[in-house]
This record gives sequence, structure tokens and C-alpha cells, in this order.
Amino acid sequence: MLRFLFTVIRRDIMLAARRRGDWLTAQFFFVMVVSMFPLGVGPEPSMLRTIGPGVVWVAALLASLLSLGRLFADDFRDGTLEQMLLSPYPNTLLALGKAIAHWLINGIPLLLIAPVLGIQFNLPPEALWILVLSLAIGTPILSLLGSIGAALTLGLRGGGVLVTLLILPLYVPALIFGAGAVEGVLSGTGAEAHLSLLGAFLMMSLLLAPWVSAMALKVSVE
Amino acid sequence: MNLYYYASPATFYPLAGRLIPWFAALAAILTAVGLYISFFMAPTDFQQGEGYRIIFIHVPAAWMSMFIYVVMAFWSAIGLAWNTRLSFVMARSLAPTGAMFTFVALWTGAFWGKPMWGAWWVWDARLTSELILFFLYVGVMALQAAIDDPRRSDRAGALLNLVGVINVPIIYFSVKWWNTLHQGSSVSLTRAPSMAHIMLWGMLIMALAAWMYSIAVALVRARSLIIERERQTDWVRSLLEEKP
Repeated sequence: MLRFLFTVIRRDIMLAARRRGDWLTAQFFFVMVVSMFPLGVGPEPSMLRTIGPGVVWVAALLASLLSLGRLFADDFRDGTLEQMLLSPYPNTLLALGKAIAHWLINGIPLLLIAPVLGIQFNLPPEALWILVLSLAIGTPILSLLGSIGAALTLGLRGGGVLVTLLILPLYVPALIFGAGAVEGVLSGTGAEAHLSLLGAFLMMSLLLAPWVSAMALKVSVE
Repeated sequence: MNLYYYASPATFYPLAGRLIPWFAALAAILTAVGLYISFFMAPTDFQQGEGYRIIFIHVPAAWMSMFIYVVMAFWSAIGLAWNTRLSFVMARSLAPTGAMFTFVALWTGAFWGKPMWGAWWVWDARLTSELILFFLYVGVMALQAAIDDPRRSDRAGALLNLVGVINVPIIYFSVKWWNTLHQGSSVSLTRAPSMAHIMLWGMLIMALAAWMYSIAVALVRARSLIIERERQTDWVRSLLEEKP
């Protein structure tokens, strides 16, 4: 069972490593979206500090949505996905493995870039640390919930935009708690409450999302 | 009476046809009575003046918007569990009505907010979660519309609907906490301490009218969906041949 999970994860990482262009697009998208905001609202340090956490978080949501299109689509097109679903292992594991791989490929780089972007927004060091921590807890939620959307819109025309409509409303709690944790540090109320709630949301997504996403895959493939 | 008997589209179709006029008539009568009470019998509010009468539309619409989403989730769950075609038809025919009520609640809320709060829109917890509920409705309908195969479209929409219904309370509480953290209690929805009985009656009758209207409209939509989906069956053919 675990070996199946690891195989799915390793395969996706290997495929991503061989096509670095695809992978880098989402990361640069994240950096560019965040960098557009100071140009739009003006370079005042105090204002940038207020909007910073929210901007980084919203950009992380969009970047994760951008890369969701490829989560199942390539495997679906060449028929691999169908074979994987036919395997004797539970489909939930397949969906979980895919979501974990998506997080490792697209979530981890965001964590590494985020502090740099935080500095651009004039965030103090302790807030930077919490920003990374909130993204570390929050981005797996984005991958898990996103895998449901990716599975539901598999092979549809205009699937990329559709996924945004379906999934963004579901991301709302992650955005609120994630950005709220950083703002809590900035305003001095502390981040623990928000981070705990974010962790609870992660646990719930981890419990339910792979299961729903496996059902969605079956609906979409049959 | 055997309920399963009406789970078949062929028997449900004529039943729905017989029920629609009753629900439509009830909706019309209740709307007329409710509007009469709310505009002519209910007294003017001493704090809010005449503007408060918007709540006679606003509150029933907001109730229905949430209730219909739950009913849709109920039919989606039944459909996914027992694979009944009619359940998916019901879930699908409720969605536009639910979205409409959500929109009406938001719109009338803006009209109410302008004179009472001095702003068309505030990021109050209820307003924000109602807005996100509207997005959820739009998402379900967009997904159903994007898939041509009815079977896949039904199931995909039902799954999304169920995920949404689990998320609605989480979204509500997250928005509520976010809101209290951000702006405190600068805005509160508290009305005059005790609502006059006649106002409450007006609101309840309007809510009942909205309920009857939703049933009637959903049944009409379900009937046309059934006809469209069962067009290759014998009973639809004979039905169509009967009518000139």
C-alpha cells in the first residue's frame, strides 16, 4: 500500500523534473503577481506591510490553481490514468499520492520564495517566519482541495477557468486563517489561534479530499 | 402509498404536472397576502422608517438561499448513494432558483444597507458568506453546464455540491472570526428590540410563499429535464403523440 503511494509520488516528481519549463511557469507566476501589487497600489512601506500577507496568500492560491490543470490531465490524455485506476490498490491512495506530489512540486518552492517576497513587502522577520509556517500548513490544503477540482473538470473544454470557479470559494477558510496568522503577528495578537485552525482545516481536508477526489476521478473517467 | 413508485420519471412526470398548479396558486396567494401585510398592515418602524420593509423580501430570500443548497445536497447524496436518476434531476432543477434567491438576498441587502448603514456593501460575516454561497451555486451550475454527458454532469455536480455543503459552516465561521478580528462590532444587524407580531407574520408568510414558489419552479424545471432525458423512451413518445 505505502509502496504504491510512494511510486505515485516518485513518478510525478520524476515527470516534473524532466519538464522543468512547465514547473517553473507557476513559480514565476507567483513571483510576478506578487510584484505587480506594489506597482499598482504605490510603494508606501506601511501600506505594503498591511496588504503583504494577503497578497502573498492570494498569489499562492492563484499559482496553485494554475498548476492544477496538469495534475491529472497528462495522464488522462495518454490513458495512464485509466490503467492506474484499474490497479488493485484503492483509488483514494492514488488521489492522495497525486495531491502530495503536487504539493512537493508546487508548494515547497512557494515556501522558499515567500520570505523574499515578504521582504519586498517590508514584513518584519518574525512575520516572515510565520508567513512561511502558515504557507507550509496551508499549501497542502490547496493541493488537496484542488485535486477535487482537477478531477471533476478532467478533459473538459475550458477546464482551467472552470477549476477556478469551483475551487476558489472552497479556498476561503485557508486564505483567511493563513493571511490572518501573519496579520496576527503584525498586530501583536499572536498567530497561534489562526495556525491551529489552519491545521484543523488541513486535517479535515486530508481526511476527506482524497476520498472525494477518487470518486470524482471515477466519475470523470468512466 | 409507495414512495418508490414516484421515483420513476415516467410516474413522476404526470404527478409533477398535477402538483405544479397547486403550488403555483399557493405561491401567488401567499405572496399577495404577504405583500399586503408587509406594505399596508405592518407599522412603520420607529428606528428605520419605511426602509425596513425590504426585510420582507430580504429575509425569506436569504433563508431560501441557504435551505435550497442543503436540499440540493440532500438530493445529491441520495442520487450518489442509490443511483436514482430523479434525485439528480431534482438537485439540478433547484440550483438556478437557489442562485436567484442568493442574488436577491444580496441585492436587497445592499438596498437595505445604504439607508441603514450608509454603505451598499460592508464585509459583514453574513454578507460575505452569502456572497461565497452565491459563488458556490455558480460553481455547481458552471460545472454541470460544461459537461455534455448527463450522467457525468449529474455526478460531478453532486460531488461538488456535497463538498460545498461541508464547507459552508467552515466558511461561515472563518468569515465570522475574520470579521470580528478586523472591524469589531461596528455594524450589527440587531433590529428594534421586539419585533411586532404583524411584522413577523408578514415575514413568515413571505417565506412560505418563497418556499411554494421554489417547489413550483423546480417541478417545472424537473419536468422539462425529464422529457429531455427520456426522449428515446416509449412513454415520452406516446405522451408527445397524444398532444397535438
